[in-house]
Amino acid sequence: MNMSTVNSAGVDLQVFTYGDEKKQPIVLVHGYPDNHSVWEPVAKLLADKYFVITYDVRGAGGSDVPRKQADFRMALLSADLKAVVESCIGERAFHLVGHDWGSIQSWESVTADGPLKQRILSYTTISGPCLDHMGYWLRKRTLNLSASAKAKVFKQALSSWYIGFFHLPVLAPSAWQGGLDKLWPKYLKHREQVEEPEANPTQGKDGKHGVQLYRANFRNKLINPEERHAACPVQLIVPTRDNYVGTQLFEDLHYWVDELYRRDINANHWVPLSHPEKIAAWIEEFVSGVDKGKMSGALQHARVRPERRKLPLYGKTAVITGAGSGIGRATAFKLAEAGADLVCVDINDEAAERTAELSRLLGASAWSRKVDVGSAQAMQRLAKWVEKELGGADIVINNAGIGMAGGVLDTSTQDWDRILKVNLWGVIHGSRLFAQQMVDAHRSGHIINVASAAAFAPNRKLAAYSTSKAAVYMLSECLRGELADQDIGVTAICPGFVATGIASNTVYTGMSDEEQAAKRAKADALYQRRNFSPDEVAEAILKAVLTNPALSLVGAEAWTTRLLSRFAPALSRRVARIDITP
Amino acid sequence: MPILNPAAMPEQRGYIPTSEELEGFRAAQKLAYAAAEAVAAELKPGMTEKQAAALQETWLRDHGVNDWLHAPFAWFGDRTAFQGFKVAVQFLPTNRRLEENMPFILDNAPVLNGFTADIGYAGVLGENPILDRILDDLAPQRAMILELIRQGRAMNDVSKAVDKLILMQGFEPRHKAYPFEVLAHQVTRQAPRDKPRRTMPFKFGLDFLSTLGQVALVARKQGWSPLWNSGEGSNHAPVPGLWAVEPHLGFRGVGAKFEELLVITEDDAYWLDDDVPHVKRWKARGLWPVKDVPLLGEPA
Repeated sequence: MNMSTVNSAGVDLQVFTYGDEKKQPIVLVHGYPDNHSVWEPVAKLLADKYFVITYDVRGAGGSDVPRKQADFRMALLSADLKAVVESCIGERAFHLVGHDWGSIQSWESVTADGPLKQRILSYTTISGPCLDHMGYWLRKRTLNLSASAKAKVFKQALSSWYIGFFHLPVLAPSAWQGGLDKLWPKYLKHREQVEEPEANPTQGKDGKHGVQLYRANFRNKLINPEERHAACPVQLIVPTRDNYVGTQLFEDLHYWVDELYRRDINANHWVPLSHPEKIAAWIEEFVSGVDKGKMSGALQHARVRPERRKLPLYGKTAVITGAGSGIGRATAFKLAEAGADLVCVDINDEAAERTAELSRLLGASAWSRKVDVGSAQAMQRLAKWVEKELGGADIVINNAGIGMAGGVLDTSTQDWDRILKVNLWGVIHGSRLFAQQMVDAHRSGHIINVASAAAFAPNRKLAAYSTSKAAVYMLSECLRGELADQDIGVTAICPGFVATGIASNTVYTGMSDEEQAAKRAKADALYQRRNFSPDEVAEAILKAVLTNPALSLVGAEAWTTRLLSRFAPALSRRVARIDITP
Repeated sequence: MPILNPAAMPEQRGYIPTSEELEGFRAAQKLAYAAAEAVAAELKPGMTEKQAAALQETWLRDHGVNDWLHAPFAWFGDRTAFQGFKVAVQFLPTNRRLEENMPFILDNAPVLNGFTADIGYAGVLGENPILDRILDDLAPQRAMILELIRQGRAMNDVSKAVDKLILMQGFEPRHKAYPFEVLAHQVTRQAPRDKPRRTMPFKFGLDFLSTLGQVALVARKQGWSPLWNSGEGSNHAPVPGLWAVEPHLGFRGVGAKFEELLVITEDDAYWLDDDVPHVKRWKARGLWPVKDVPLLGEPA
């Protein structure tokens, strides 16, 4: 770390740099009541690949304290940033990051027309809205007569109590010298869950003089906001448990920023201190995406798409196996239309990519992966990829399955092995791996396993298939019990005879190829005549995602087999003795 | 072509046009496309399907058309995918208004000097990425249909191959909404008419229906169907003649098709005219000729 002093129109600012100055520069601006040290853990992590610049803003840390309130005006704060970058990197362009007041004042540099705006390559903002945007936000909701708009203003007013307090003469500044500075580390630890806050030697000063920031800017910006648009891509990091800045403040931000990415983190206000690794990783991912001109999958997923915001599954990621055809493909389209982003998994990579491609036309971000769901390693790779690239899944549809007809005795060991691998192990892997991810990340989610009406209907000629599907049903019920406390839903979907193409790929055990082909053609014709489309199952799956039933029966066959098995088991057993294959 | 008499059963299956007759059909088809393109260029937001249909009719009358195989059609928005169509009258033009970025299909079938055309023209007022995708994906369909017919596959098998390719493409086969789920129907010569036909009952040319009826009677005795679909009725080798082929693809409320004449001869087949708007579009986008023609279905 290097320390230097930069003079900005008569005010000396203390500047700290990390890493090699030839590398791409990133400037980190701290908030209130902090100084540069709030960024230290993040700066050290970024210093390997970047030239990191932080500084104490005027009134904080080792920088000068101007006397007048007017000296804390936004334009001067932005001029400070300009002075700092000019002294450190000359005319080079740079990436900008701000937290809290550092973010509020950086919005000024990002949105106010001028030479500085042109030099900012990207902006990562944490817990600090643009005051102009906030002014418009307030105006829109205050003039709006609806109760929910009023409630949002009220909610924000409640968490902004301290801003009013800071406008009180004498009291606020003197509180910082009357012992609040000593209490601050404890406050951070208990209220803000920063694990080991270090005592900051200038805490009293940072707190006392920083109050001027609020006094000099809040009133006029909120009363007379200006139209302020950003030119660079913006990454908005939202700590969802922030006690001061409500998430509701950012709901109109896409209006001011064309290329906006939003990432929520389950954390309190001081994320740079509580989650430095995560914040550094996100900054790096974003900055390198902007530099390369191609965003990672996670960022593509995080891109704010205003036209999709109102959709019920907006922001969710769904993994669908067997997405290359039938129910899987129909479900992909349905979820894409409901707002979700998709990972389309199939053993046929062309078919999976086709599903992904059409889903993109429906407005979703979508990826395709070629995976054999029966392979533990392949499924593990898939789960890791989803976690690393997209930050995990919210919805998992274990749908891939194959058909097989024949009795227990006709079905060879290899055939048993094959169907159980896909139909049962595929669901076991998908459920275990993704549920574990959800549990580890404390994320609520939903796992949907596609079983079948056959799960309830014993039949002498459908032994392996029905067995696999009955197991999927039971697994789903058990998993539902297990994950209920973690707020993870589990649903078993049991469709009847759906025209998906499964009939034309069904294996008829113990038959020649010609005999099988004839059976398949007949079965396919029957399925066609039944004319029960995968869309209806997809609709049921979407409904299940939204309402989390334990079991969803789709189609008359499913209801019949379910009711028979429950209320007329003897009849169900009689039916089991009939050969139902065509 | 002589008017068919079911009583006198001809040896010949189908109909083999002379080269002069082919020129007549080609001229009629060119005129039909010109009408569609001219009207498409005139479409504006707020226009109704009825207006678009009437514009085609006027344009064609102005260019010497006196008779019709069927009255011009126009479909806008999700009606291009025949969404929820159950009965035939739903195909008739409505008061649905065109909006920005809405897909449309124009369909007209003029009879020029006794030569029939039947064309479909899909487009959009503005931009529609789904429509672009469907229009692109009609190219392998067109290539496959011709190739399979050339191989002498059963006609229902070719129709099933189209169904299968549509399923792989992820779309829905919307031509199944037509009566008899037809992929194509046969087109013949008609007696030329000097004066314009005044009224058009049911919007469908009665001459056409009666001719088709006669063809169907003969065809039935000969064991083939002038209505080409995936059913058993079309389970026969390609029958010579002119076929108006119209694969119609739909996806989430957006539909597109092409419709044009395929010429099947005793031992070969070709599209009547390759200089049609959708082929020109594919050429401009580097999609034509199709490199790997998918050959689906079961070889005979």
